[in-house]
Amino acid sequence: MPAVSKGDGMRGLAVFISDIRNCKSKEAEIKRINKELANIRSKFKGDKALDGYSKKKYVCKLLFIFLLGHDIDFGHMEAVNLLSSNKYTEKQIGYLFISVLVNSNSELIRLINNAIKNDLASRNPTFMCLALHCIANVGSREMGEAFAADIPRILVAGDSMDSVKQSAALCLLRLYKASPDLVPMGEWTARVVHLLNDQHMGVVTAAVSLITCLCKKNPDDFKTCISLAVSRLSRIVSSASTDLQDYTYYFVPAPWLSVKLLRLLQCYPPPEDAAVKGRLVECLETVLNKAQEPPKSKKVQHSNAKNAILFETISLIIHYDSEPNLLVRACNQLGQFLQHRETNLRYLALESMCTLASSEFSHEAVKTHIDTVINALKTERDVSVRQRAADLLYAMCDRSNAKQIVSEMLRYLETADYAIREEIVLKVAILAEKYAVDYSWYVDTILNLIRIAGDYVSEEVWYRVLQIVTNRDDVQGYAAKTVFEALQAPACHENMVKVGGYILGEFGNLIAGDPRSSPPVQFSLLHSKFHLCSVATRALLLSTYIKFINLFPETKATIQGVLRAGSQLRNADVELQQRAVEYLTLSSVASTDVLATVLEEMPPFPERESSILAKLKRKKGPGAGSALDDGRRDPSSNDINGGVEPTPSTVSTPSPSADLLGLRAAPPPAAPPATSGAGNLLVDVFSDGPAAQPSLGPAPEEAFLSELEPPAPESPMALLADPAPAADPGPEDIGPPIPEADELLNKFVCKNNGVLFENQLLQIGVKSEFRQNLGRMYLFYGNKTSVQFQNFLPTVVHPGDLQTQLAVQTKRVAAQVDGGAQVQQVLNIECLRDFLTPPLLSVRFRYGGAPQSLTLKLPVTINKFFQPTEMAAQDFFQRWKQLSLPQQEAQKIFKANHPMDAEVTKAKLLGFGSALLDNVDPNPENFVGAGIIQTKALQVGCLLRLEPNAQAQMYRLTLRTSKEPVSRHLCELLAQQF
Amino acid sequence: MIQAILVFNNHGKPRLVRFYQRFPEEIQQQIVRETFHLVLKRDDNICNFLEGGSLIGGPDYKLIYRHYATLYFVFCVDSSESELGILDLIQVFVETLDKCFENVCELDLIFHMDKGGLSAAPARAVSAVKNINLPEIPRNINIGDLNIKVPNLSQFV
Repeated sequence: MPAVSKGDGMRGLAVFISDIRNCKSKEAEIKRINKELANIRSKFKGDKALDGYSKKKYVCKLLFIFLLGHDIDFGHMEAVNLLSSNKYTEKQIGYLFISVLVNSNSELIRLINNAIKNDLASRNPTFMCLALHCIANVGSREMGEAFAADIPRILVAGDSMDSVKQSAALCLLRLYKASPDLVPMGEWTARVVHLLNDQHMGVVTAAVSLITCLCKKNPDDFKTCISLAVSRLSRIVSSASTDLQDYTYYFVPAPWLSVKLLRLLQCYPPPEDAAVKGRLVECLETVLNKAQEPPKSKKVQHSNAKNAILFETISLIIHYDSEPNLLVRACNQLGQFLQHRETNLRYLALESMCTLASSEFSHEAVKTHIDTVINALKTERDVSVRQRAADLLYAMCDRSNAKQIVSEMLRYLETADYAIREEIVLKVAILAEKYAVDYSWYVDTILNLIRIAGDYVSEEVWYRVLQIVTNRDDVQGYAAKTVFEALQAPACHENMVKVGGYILGEFGNLIAGDPRSSPPVQFSLLHSKFHLCSVATRALLLSTYIKFINLFPETKATIQGVLRAGSQLRNADVELQQRAVEYLTLSSVASTDVLATVLEEMPPFPERESSILAKLKRKKGPGAGSALDDGRRDPSSNDINGGVEPTPSTVSTPSPSADLLGLRAAPPPAAPPATSGAGNLLVDVFSDGPAAQPSLGPAPEEAFLSELEPPAPESPMALLADPAPAADPGPEDIGPPIPEADELLNKFVCKNNGVLFENQLLQIGVKSEFRQNLGRMYLFYGNKTSVQFQNFLPTVVHPGDLQTQLAVQTKRVAAQVDGGAQVQQVLNIECLRDFLTPPLLSVRFRYGGAPQSLTLKLPVTINKFFQPTEMAAQDFFQRWKQLSLPQQEAQKIFKANHPMDAEVTKAKLLGFGSALLDNVDPNPENFVGAGIIQTKALQVGCLLRLEPNAQAQMYRLTLRTSKEPVSRHLCELLAQQF
Repeated sequence: MIQAILVFNNHGKPRLVRFYQRFPEEIQQQIVRETFHLVLKRDDNICNFLEGGSLIGGPDYKLIYRHYATLYFVFCVDSSESELGILDLIQVFVETLDKCFENVCELDLIFHMDKGGLSAAPARAVSAVKNINLPEIPRNINIGDLNIKVPNLSQFV
């Protein structure tokens, strides 16, 4: 035992420790400790005043006993006494005891603070440092309150020693991190910046740490640090390895200070001053050049230090994202590291490249490394490295390599570590959707996903595939065929049964022509899985069966038999039992027509952010999805695949408000807690999650059977008898629309659902449907804050003579909106005659006492009342000629604002409301459409022709209608969409 | 910023634990256990970085570790630290301990907590190194009465 034999002054302590160590049993140890505690207690209580040395010794023993895990309830006072000793060793033990055993005993805290104050004022650098270390080690709020104001003074005082300045900077940093509000900003901040010029490298390093933290809150106060940091960095980088002597670490001059300076610069945009910027670029180039030099030492420390600077340099280059030349060099450098034999470097290179991939300058350069990255995914031994490789593949994916990357990730999934499977599944699902060129590939990919990793396919993923299949009629047949084939596998995952059940229930008729997938075959295939499934899936399958009765009347008897079976009608699960009973009755009592209406194909889902993306963001924290989110490098993608455009079918869409059983007197209140698991299943198909948009989806039963009541457009309109509700204030009461109002309105010309407006407080969502000259709109006001809105008053106003053209009837909403809650407002709209300006929506409320008001344009434009009209080519040309008066035609030639994709254009024209006529225009590139605008007073026939010119990136749009203003207005509206 | 320094042996027994962020003792123990399970299943000679466990703050924090014979040295840091820098700090830290105890081994950490009357010498050594924020090779480390000379650092691994 060397410590005992050395006996450096405190022999009693050494003996005590040695005794403890020689104890044979726990009991013996406790006995020895109790004996010692009694001894110390008597010494402390004794009459004889103890000298400093004894106090130190006993306090040390107490500390040792405490560290062995025993409670210490005395001796604090003696420790505090040690603080005022003049001997370094005694003072230091006192501080040690305080740091380890401090509690908020008010009496003692005052004494301790006093001692610390004395030391801070002592001008003895060792004592000052001890005191500063103690403050930093305790780092509590109380310490902050007592000393936060003193430390800046010490830090910038001209006569402070270097070591004190260094400790003061770090101590201040610690207090600032613990409680930022306690550190007063003031004129000292300017002087802290100048510490970057200090002679002493230790002071500079400590100051950089402090400034990096402070400048995040107040970037402007510390702006001057940029040029100082650049010049410091440049001096270090260009120095020879012998210049900095003590600070040269394995031949690298001051590596950790360089790293910190580069970090600090990442808090700011590139320097504006050309000279500073030039100098910095020079530095960065020097670092990149040095990376190519042969190593000066074989030691790992040398390469670590050098590479730490290199990686920080690359991060800074990526952060600036403005020097294409440097970005490409950085990318090449990282490319070298991807193949490095050091795993750590491969890991860091993959991580840095991930951020590099989102820069438009280097995206292509990153893509050249795809094979290396795929290889890393396959062969790396280390799961953290593989995960980085998967992240990078996700970040570098774009339309050109999506198929390759997705198939590689799918292959990897089969052997992937369990920990990261779910994330990979989400990523594959997102990439497949975002870059799907043809949707059959998308369907294949997702079904593969379920097959390979069914357990990790979360609900969001399979909801999404259903949403997309429902919204895109071109893929429905293929999807039905594919799921049918997938279900034939002897063992298939329950998620596959869910997807299969839903899709066949909706679109099984599309493949019923093939005898191999005739209705009875489809049914028996699904039913063979029924008994193996959970309650939720069975509930879904029951709904599929009732849909089958509608799709395939020949299966009715079989299915009724299944529903009638005791195992269903008397099922212990109430959800299953209810479905069985209701569906059986429905199938027996309702006529074919009613059944067809009730069980009609689901309407397209409203467009919204992909729920999968939302889930990935939740999983990875904010910013994780951003690599994919920002459409900067691939602007087209957002339009095509960012969200699926609903393609309105020509048949009437069922009204979500139709009330099947009279159960729903009022719209569901905001955020109804999900009831049973099974009920949830269907609700969630409609909404992203219970919390996301709670009142968008009707209750489950109603959703599935939303149209028992035959469509009766007249009935709701009885409400419209009074076209101008008294509640409407005059237009003079409201402010002008916000500047973005027109832009927001434009987003809704071709679609009916989405988010109309969003700021920090409020989100306004819209869901609307129009039929003939009538419309109904649901506005969802979501309070994004946690504070209640008061006097909440949304009103609709008709400027000018709009009142005679459009009748909008609103229902009142509650005047209070709780934090996080959402209220719904229903608007009934009737188009009386053609109109040009949309009504205004004014929203006023009080938020935290401050009145807020906001005026938007309500997304009601004349084209909403379009009735598509199909006609043959010769009819079209005949009508086209009839409308040949110059004022009946409006034409516009304009440049394409979005990529020219025929599918997108089609979707937009359909969304606009007109029918699309094939084989009319001799040039197949052109689009021709026809429709009638329905108003109460008159009908306006419209013909349109859109001629894209892909070479010139231009369009020519021609509108002919029987009314001149309508032609012009429609032309303007539509031209802004391309 | 360094959030925590954890040193434990191959069986997960903590040998030195220092948190620079306040956690209740119970959570501290859970963090040690979680971290132990995260690093234990990793082979030697693979990369020294991994994402933090859920208790310490998840993927926003990184665990940077080295494994020496029977001891794991794990540093938990936030995104403001250079990974390679911390890796080097661990090296320096262990080398310092080595100088302190002539030939550092697990037993030294357990039994020599008292050295020079400093019950928490290793922790203080760390704070000392951390306090100077890695500007230099710690040629002179003053830990209390101990004056450690670190003349020429030898290759440790």
